[in-house]
Amino acid sequence: MLDLINVSYDTLIPNNVGLSTDKRVLKALEKWHPGYINWWNDLIPDNFQKSLVYLRTAVSVDPKGWAKFDYVKMPEYRWGILLAPQVEGRTIPCGEHAGQPAWQEVPGEYRNMLKRLIVIQGDTEPASVEQQRFLGRTAPSLYDMRNLFQVNVEEGRHLWAMVYLLHKYFGADGREEADDLLRRQSGSEEAPRMLGAFNEETPDWLSFFMFTYFTDRDGKMQLESLAQSGFDPLSRTCRFMLTEEAHHMFVGETGVGRTIERTCQIMAENGIDDPYDIEKIRSFGVIDLPTIQKKLNLHYTLSLDLFGQEVSTNAANAFNSGIKGRYMESRIDDDHKLTNATYPVWDMVDGQLVRHEVPALTAINMRLRDDYSRDAAGGVGRWNKIIEKAGIAFEMKLPHEAFNRKIGVFANHNFNPEGQLVSGAEFDKGINDWLPNKADGDFIQSLMNPVYEPGKYASWISPPKVGIDNKPGDFEYVKLHMA
Amino acid sequence: MTKMIDFQTDPSKYRHWRVEYEGDIATLYMDVDENGGLFEGYQLKLNSYDLGVDIELNDVVQRMRFEHPEVKVVVMKSGKDKVFCAGANIRMLGGATHAHKVNFCKFTNETRNTFEAAEADSGQKYIAAVKGACAGGGYELALACNYIMLTDDSSSNVSLPEVPLLAVLPGTGGLTRVTDKRKVRRDLADVFCSVEEGVKGKRAVDWRLVDEAVPNSKFDTVVAERARQFADAAAAKAAKGITLGPLNRTIAEDGSVTYSLVEIAVDRAARRATITLHGPDRDVPASTDALVAEGDQSWMLRLVREFEDAILHLRLNEMELGLWVFRTQGDADAVLAHEAFMLANKDHWLANEILQLWKRTLKRVDVTSRSIATLVEHGSCFAGPLAELIWAGDRSYMMEDEFEGDNRPIATVRLSEGNFGTYPMGNDITRLQTRFLAEPEHVEALKGHIGEEIEADSARDLGLITYAFDDIDWDDEIRIFMEERASFSPDAMTGLEANIRFAGPETMETRIFGRLTAWQNWIFNRPNATGTDGALQRYGTGVRGDYNMQRV
Repeated sequence: MLDLINVSYDTLIPNNVGLSTDKRVLKALEKWHPGYINWWNDLIPDNFQKSLVYLRTAVSVDPKGWAKFDYVKMPEYRWGILLAPQVEGRTIPCGEHAGQPAWQEVPGEYRNMLKRLIVIQGDTEPASVEQQRFLGRTAPSLYDMRNLFQVNVEEGRHLWAMVYLLHKYFGADGREEADDLLRRQSGSEEAPRMLGAFNEETPDWLSFFMFTYFTDRDGKMQLESLAQSGFDPLSRTCRFMLTEEAHHMFVGETGVGRTIERTCQIMAENGIDDPYDIEKIRSFGVIDLPTIQKKLNLHYTLSLDLFGQEVSTNAANAFNSGIKGRYMESRIDDDHKLTNATYPVWDMVDGQLVRHEVPALTAINMRLRDDYSRDAAGGVGRWNKIIEKAGIAFEMKLPHEAFNRKIGVFANHNFNPEGQLVSGAEFDKGINDWLPNKADGDFIQSLMNPVYEPGKYASWISPPKVGIDNKPGDFEYVKLHMA
Repeated sequence: MTKMIDFQTDPSKYRHWRVEYEGDIATLYMDVDENGGLFEGYQLKLNSYDLGVDIELNDVVQRMRFEHPEVKVVVMKSGKDKVFCAGANIRMLGGATHAHKVNFCKFTNETRNTFEAAEADSGQKYIAAVKGACAGGGYELALACNYIMLTDDSSSNVSLPEVPLLAVLPGTGGLTRVTDKRKVRRDLADVFCSVEEGVKGKRAVDWRLVDEAVPNSKFDTVVAERARQFADAAAAKAAKGITLGPLNRTIAEDGSVTYSLVEIAVDRAARRATITLHGPDRDVPASTDALVAEGDQSWMLRLVREFEDAILHLRLNEMELGLWVFRTQGDADAVLAHEAFMLANKDHWLANEILQLWKRTLKRVDVTSRSIATLVEHGSCFAGPLAELIWAGDRSYMMEDEFEGDNRPIATVRLSEGNFGTYPMGNDITRLQTRFLAEPEHVEALKGHIGEEIEADSARDLGLITYAFDDIDWDDEIRIFMEERASFSPDAMTGLEANIRFAGPETMETRIFGRLTAWQNWIFNRPNATGTDGALQRYGTGVRGDYNMQRV
């Protein structure tokens, strides 16, 4: 077990921020760290805490250092504080200060805005670990269990990254906010996480894959725009986090892909052509494609809500002040100030869905959401390749962004997945075909039986094409501690 | 913004509030209809409010007192998730004329004062149960409650972000209540009012910003407990109230307005409204039971409700009528008899409510930005509560001796016991005490004249009126005064009157209407807030206000 009294932070925390000489941050981290370890210990079931997990640890930011693989017990994971290397002469990429040297210290006038953004980002990182805390008990393989824990420890590291920024740059307020990040808990009645989607439990592994594909992708888009921040330490932090985030999306995309692949395989083996022959397909212990589509509909639309209101003052303020840029800001060919630019956003006018131009500055959220939708479409195309290859007449689709929304202009209206406004009765009638119902959930839950034997996989999912760190198929990714 | 604003409403028309009554506890939900704005061009998102929302709140508070005397505690809550109230709607403020902003703030301030005073005046205690963001005007709503409870979910907070966000002040009593009512230390108040995100949890308690921070999971239970506790500690007044029916009001094409006891005559060329209040048209109730049975039709209640509506209507809808002339006609003895009945029964809930409504309505007169002249004519009934109008006005003129061809009873002023404490001004002393600030002993001496028919020469000698004129001078003097008054700069008049009307002690109320409001109205006129590049105009565009950095 970790010795909390005699922590040598210099060796315990891989960092490239000169931690050993930064008294202020060291002192703050010393106070915060025990709370973090308690949080972690309370969170993940004990037998998994004691298991040895084959994890990747980032010990430095160079290509050789950021992916060291070895067995480690999760509470002893070395959560590092690593920032992407400073770019010489970097300037503020957008807004009214565009072109001025990037801030190395927090500009006083934007302190609160910056702090709020960091706290919101920071709040999502531990939240997903909390949402996924019980999934280890139903892992379809040790390979998948290891991926889950990899995602978890890296979300934990991302929390560290945000806490470092709070400790380093925001004084007493920052320390207090860092404490509150551990105080709030996903789904807690006492102190819930800040964003709604992060207070729902992740009930099963298909949900986990969908979450890492769709919801972590929202996280990626947020990190992408924070990576464009004029506040250089935030930008550098986020740029490095993005390298890890890519793995989470990989887990999601291949997880859903392997689920689809297994279903297609079983259908072929048993001569089932009709993807809607649901009962028969399910009788072989795999998840039918229409149900997978329903899960996709749910997670995609929940994730769209995370982008907030289409027209947003806060987003406009953040962009104009140079705190948060657009996706790929530096590759966009415009003045980066959006003084007179417009952007088309959805609106409801007299009960009709219209897209009309508004000042682009106020449409930052909408634009990022559009970028997200394009980004999310890629994997869906690759899933369809799997189905096509199996010769099954079925196509996965992203639903229209108006469907099933709780935030923004579409909220409180009934749209079908094609984006047509429908009556309440029609919506109620269609809902069973559009979103997973309790029976679907129960069925998926019935498949969630753990498989802890190396190289073996649950009935509903195919093995991966390649192992992690090029390990062979029967590699023991997790050495389970079964007390 | 030219459409007529109607201050009359009733629960069947509410779009933004709902009340649930359960015995002696009422729960008041703020659930603003986004699309229910009074004007075009903005949506009332996140429980933000405009004048329309406040008109409903004012109605709720009034009805709570008259229709639900059984209620001892009112719990104010949000009907929405995650937000208590985001304050006044910024786009509405950004789009509103200066005059509308000023009048909006005045009315909202009066409404805050009204429910704040409900505990002392009517035994109805307001609890703010704050869950979610409680910002700006939202926190000002809570501040005016008698007790503030905040959920401690590590994100709900209270804040006054006006200064950093909008370059204006928390002008609906916010700054004043933070220091004068909550007694927050001034340096902490300075910090609190300059951080956008506000203060949450235990610190909000430590800084005295809220009374209690409650664990989130227990919030509803503790709020219910607290409500129960407060209700049990208060005495019961009555089981059943009366119904406040719609007012009988006719508005003519020329803008003149007729109620059952109040008339407004409009002279646009002279920029003048003449408001006539009529004396009793029915007998004094035989008993308090009879008073209750009369419901909203008793003379004192009907008159004050109509008068209040007239004041609000003229303030918001007739801004160019810069001079109000108050007249009364009727039987002064009857006025005194009606008031005496209320005073004799002021321990009865309804008599008390009627007197309190008179007090509040007279305060509305005090803070009205119009020149006010009172004409004490023959046949008038400036007695008791109506006599207060003489001293609420800026000047008063009284008819002296008989006028040719005028057979109405000779003009008198009639003092009552009520003039010595029942209707204090915002400065917490009576209009007579304020008037005779240098001679408190004179106020004592005036008590010796209670009930007396004081004619013009004595009224002048006693200092109760400004001028007395006889038949020969009257018309000309009045005409010249009015013409002169109408020719002055309305701004200078407003400033002059607002200053000299409030001699004497400062109270939280005078500080709100004087200091806070005046500074806010100044800021409302400055380019840093309201110029095309000011913070208020730019709010929502993402571009910051462009400030002139010179300190004035």
